Amino acid sequence: MSLPLIVFLFFALLAVAGAVMVILAREPIHSALALVLVMVALAVLYLLLGAEFIAAVQIIVYAGAIMVLFVFVIMLLNMGLEERTNFSKFAYVGLVAAFALLLEAAHWMFHSSVGAGVANGSQPVTAFSTVELSKLLFRSYLLPFEATSILILIAILGALVLARKEE
Amino acid sequence: MTVPISYYLLLSAVLFGLGVVAFVFKRNVITVFMSVELMLNAVNLAFVAFARAYNKFDGLVDVFFVIVVAAAEAAVGLAIVIMLRRNRESLNVERVDLLKF
Amino acid sequence: MEFISQHPVLVVSIVKIAVLLFVVMTALAYLTWLERKVIAHIQARWGPYYVGAHGLLQPLADGLKFLFKEDVTPPVSDRLVYTLAPFLALSLALTAIALIPFGPPSVTLLGQPLFVVSNIDIGLIFLFAVTSMGVYGVALAGWSSNSKYPLMGGLRSSAQMISYEVSLTISVVGVLLLAGTLDFNGIIEGQSGYYLHFIPRWHIVPQIVGFLCYLTAAIAETNRIPFDLPEAETELVAGFHTEYSSFKFAMFFMAEYANMITVSCLATILFLGGWLSPFPDSWTWQLFIPGAGLLALGLYCAVDTAIAMRGIARLQFAVVTLLCLGGAVVCLAPAIASLSASAPVWVATVNTAIQGIFWFVTKIVAILFFYIWMRGTLPRFRYDQLMSFGWKLLLPVSLANLVATSVVMLYFMMKGPG
Repeated sequence: MSLPLIVFLFFALLAVAGAVMVILAREPIHSALALVLVMVALAVLYLLLGAEFIAAVQIIVYAGAIMVLFVFVIMLLNMGLEERTNFSKFAYVGLVAAFALLLEAAHWMFHSSVGAGVANGSQPVTAFSTVELSKLLFRSYLLPFEATSILILIAILGALVLARKEE
Repeated sequence: MTVPISYYLLLSAVLFGLGVVAFVFKRNVITVFMSVELMLNAVNLAFVAFARAYNKFDGLVDVFFVIVVAAAEAAVGLAIVIMLRRNRESLNVERVDLLKF
Repeated sequence: MEFISQHPVLVVSIVKIAVLLFVVMTALAYLTWLERKVIAHIQARWGPYYVGAHGLLQPLADGLKFLFKEDVTPPVSDRLVYTLAPFLALSLALTAIALIPFGPPSVTLLGQPLFVVSNIDIGLIFLFAVTSMGVYGVALAGWSSNSKYPLMGGLRSSAQMISYEVSLTISVVGVLLLAGTLDFNGIIEGQSGYYLHFIPRWHIVPQIVGFLCYLTAAIAETNRIPFDLPEAETELVAGFHTEYSSFKFAMFFMAEYANMITVSCLATILFLGGWLSPFPDSWTWQLFIPGAGLLALGLYCAVDTAIAMRGIARLQFAVVTLLCLGGAVVCLAPAIASLSASAPVWVATVNTAIQGIFWFVTKIVAILFFYIWMRGTLPRFRYDQLMSFGWKLLLPVSLANLVATSVVMLYFMMKGPG
């Protein structure tokens, strides 16, 4: 029971608990806060995997901006409680099938050799350096980078036009 | 001993599954949006786990782009939700199923 | 004792966290005292004067008041979120302070750097991550109070915070281009050295526009005058913390001052050279500056005690005098010891530590004084003026600063060394 394993289990359980809370919460604001908890737990897992820059970007952009937008909209629109619907009994069959699929996926994952070097410590675990990541981002992936900047511009204009009050 | 990569992939699969369940079963448009964000986060975790497994940076670059695209999509989607609320007065997905009356 | 030698990281971390928490809480309390005194003197009055000599026990009295006040909880819409918001605000504000290096990393205790609680490679971005989560405290507090004024105040305040956060981060990127690293110690090390042998190579000199943008955005980010419409008394009752009383309000209050201290520390590290002294290392008389300053303060307090104070204030001020003079002795002794050639090696370490902390604290106090000075002097912005200022003026200026810095750096890179 090494320290990385304990930290992983704690934050993995936190993430799953947050995801379950998203489904089970009756008020939308509680779902939003549970989703923020999931994102923060995932940021810690990224830190455990050595991706420091991605962890920070996840908190700044995802948990600190996108979810703030969700929370704003929930507050402004003042919607009521989540309504319970009566879904069909067929869903339970689907639940059994999903659980069987998950067991099969887990079996194949645990018997695969992906990342075997990392798991038993024969590969050195060094953090991903931000300098190398930025070199890759601005040299090999420059075209997608510029394309996403135009995408953001389009999204800003679209959101402005859509949400404008009709005069 | 460090954590095996398969643990991270299993967690990613579980989170993705929970996101699909939330997407199918929830009735509020905003909560459905949040389940899409949950699915995207699960996929990001899988990307980073594979980046660590093969020790390459390409996974991290993909995560960066997924986060940016999710931000753009959230902005436009929430603008649509605000318009929906203004015009239809209800945010229940079962009631906004006609284009025009 | 073997436990201490086998787990140095854990033991030293616990010691550092305890000391830092105590120091930060005291600094918060006395920052409120300083603010009330400075604003009072700007407004031609005395400020707190009777609770302890010169009002020095006023923060203690305020703290006791907050503890013993009745905790009134209005019929809120959501108790969990209502209780969570101030805890979130305060814990995020205190987490940010854990990343800041207060002195040189060469001063170590059991092999761990003494002056920074956690030194991580991505320190700057992580600090921005923590401050960007601070929006939640404000928004959730405003919404869960179930009342018009807090809701408006909370929404306006959080919209203001996320607008100015963009300019804050972009105005810092110029510094990152110059420093080449996200690590705080690396940024400070990059500011050592001197232009023309006596102007320190701090980032404020090439990045003056960036510094002004950063300071403006930081004042807006922490909701201070001139950007404090969402929490002004004449406008929105008290903004997002209207419905909070006693201890929860005290937590919001402390969170606001802790945010102020954090952005001042960040301004010091990024632009003013952190714990570096403005004098070149070869001028050895600079070792006497902290001691001399404390000695001057102690002498002023001694004269005041002897002449102006009466009664119990005289006793309290005598204690303050003794503290100042004791501090002066502690600072001067290693400085005098270093003059002799046969000084042991730890004297140099102690001198470095005292110098580092003294210059860091001086710079932070200068920036905080500027903050308080702005509060006493300027009127506040209207909300639409505030938002148009942030998006239409501050963001383009920050972007122009970034582009200009990159162009100049590219020119120097192309020209080559020499």
